[in-house]
Amino acid sequence: MSTPNCLVTNDWICGEYLRTRSEELTEATLQHVGITVVSVLLALLVAVPLALLVRAKPRFAGPVLGLTTLLYTVPSLAMFSLLLPVFGLSAALVVTGLVLYALTILVRNTLAGLDAVPAETREAARGMGYGSWRLLWQVELPLALPVLMAGIRMATVSTIALTTVGSVVGRGGLGNLIEDALPTFFKAQVLAASVLCVLLAVTADLLLLGLQRLLTPWARIRTAPGGA
Amino acid sequence: MGIVTDAWAWLTTGAHWTGEEGIGQRLAEHVYVSGAALLIAAAIALPLGLWLGHLGRGGALAVNVSNVGRAVPVFAVLALFMVSPLRNAGYVPTVVALVLFAIPPLLTNAYVGMREVDRAAVRAARGMGMTGGQLFLRVELPLARPVVMTGVRSAAVQVIATATVAAMVGQGGLGRIITAGFALYDTAQVVAGAVLVALLALLVEAVLAGADRLLSGPARARGMKT
Repeated sequence: MSTPNCLVTNDWICGEYLRTRSEELTEATLQHVGITVVSVLLALLVAVPLALLVRAKPRFAGPVLGLTTLLYTVPSLAMFSLLLPVFGLSAALVVTGLVLYALTILVRNTLAGLDAVPAETREAARGMGYGSWRLLWQVELPLALPVLMAGIRMATVSTIALTTVGSVVGRGGLGNLIEDALPTFFKAQVLAASVLCVLLAVTADLLLLGLQRLLTPWARIRTAPGGA
Repeated sequence: MGIVTDAWAWLTTGAHWTGEEGIGQRLAEHVYVSGAALLIAAAIALPLGLWLGHLGRGGALAVNVSNVGRAVPVFAVLALFMVSPLRNAGYVPTVVALVLFAIPPLLTNAYVGMREVDRAAVRAARGMGMTGGQLFLRVELPLARPVVMTGVRSAAVQVIATATVAAMVGQGGLGRIITAGFALYDTAQVVAGAVLVALLALLVEAVLAGADRLLSGPARARGMKT
């Protein structure tokens, strides 16, 4: 168990590995974070207008919800393989696939959040002379925020996990390290990359939870008993 | 639409269905690992979630376990198994990875379903002198069933779609059709593999929904009598 030899003896935990490959680990982590952030932001940019469209024109509800649910049954492995002819080997390919998956969660939660806005609140705002944009920005979206943020947290955590599958086209962040380590049974690298993946997801979840609490100070009192 | 006809042609070629690497074998592997994983995950997560929901305690625990569970990539779990001696244990690595993956949605929905039961109904049942067990079986469980079953269906769809990831570490299942097609630059085969997985997922979802509807009849009648 002498430390310098743990690369040779192929130990699960290897300080020497973490020291000598820290650059590689950082690079993979940054790629992972980049892919996740871009994917979730793009998905949000698509999901919120889609949800608003569905709410304004209920006849779109069936097709939009049906399509996003159907997309969810397409295996990630196949999704990335199928997008390959369109994008070539690029991060855009993985991002596109992840955006499509995140849409399912985000469209549903945006709709659920908007539905949860009490009708009286809406009426009161209208009575005070709020136009539909001001109503949306100042009343409906803030009140929908807790449910929307729950969706963003769920989408972010699953996107971080799914990004690893992007290693099938060489753009999987930490997944690349896992894939590279498999043929040589390199335990330290598989474990380090896996643990980093989980840590990333947990950190992102906690950061988003903090953001949610900052954005919705009025909800803090109500959520406190349930969360304890 | 050329790719769709190519995929159809690939699927309808008899030779692709037989043999060690054929669709028949891969489909059987896929159904086996997904089915085993779902049954084991349900056996663990449903009693626990229902029980915690009945007690009305441990909600934070159930939800946190689910969130952490969602954060663990199936690919990473499989890879960890494949670099350990368990790689020679046949289907065990895939099944265990999928069990871990299926527990979060099952646990969350079982717990949430129980907590969303109308408190007035629970108080009324208590007022009628029902014991904890009676309350659970005759009031809470029938009322929570739709949410719990939604969790089961969504877990089934996710497990079937995710079981393909096993192919990335060389394990069996329909994912192997996709990875083989990918390696051969055969897009038709990749599409065919994806279609098979999606069809299996939708079929299982429909069967579960149908079974749920059949079972709900007697349960509702029994609820009425008491």
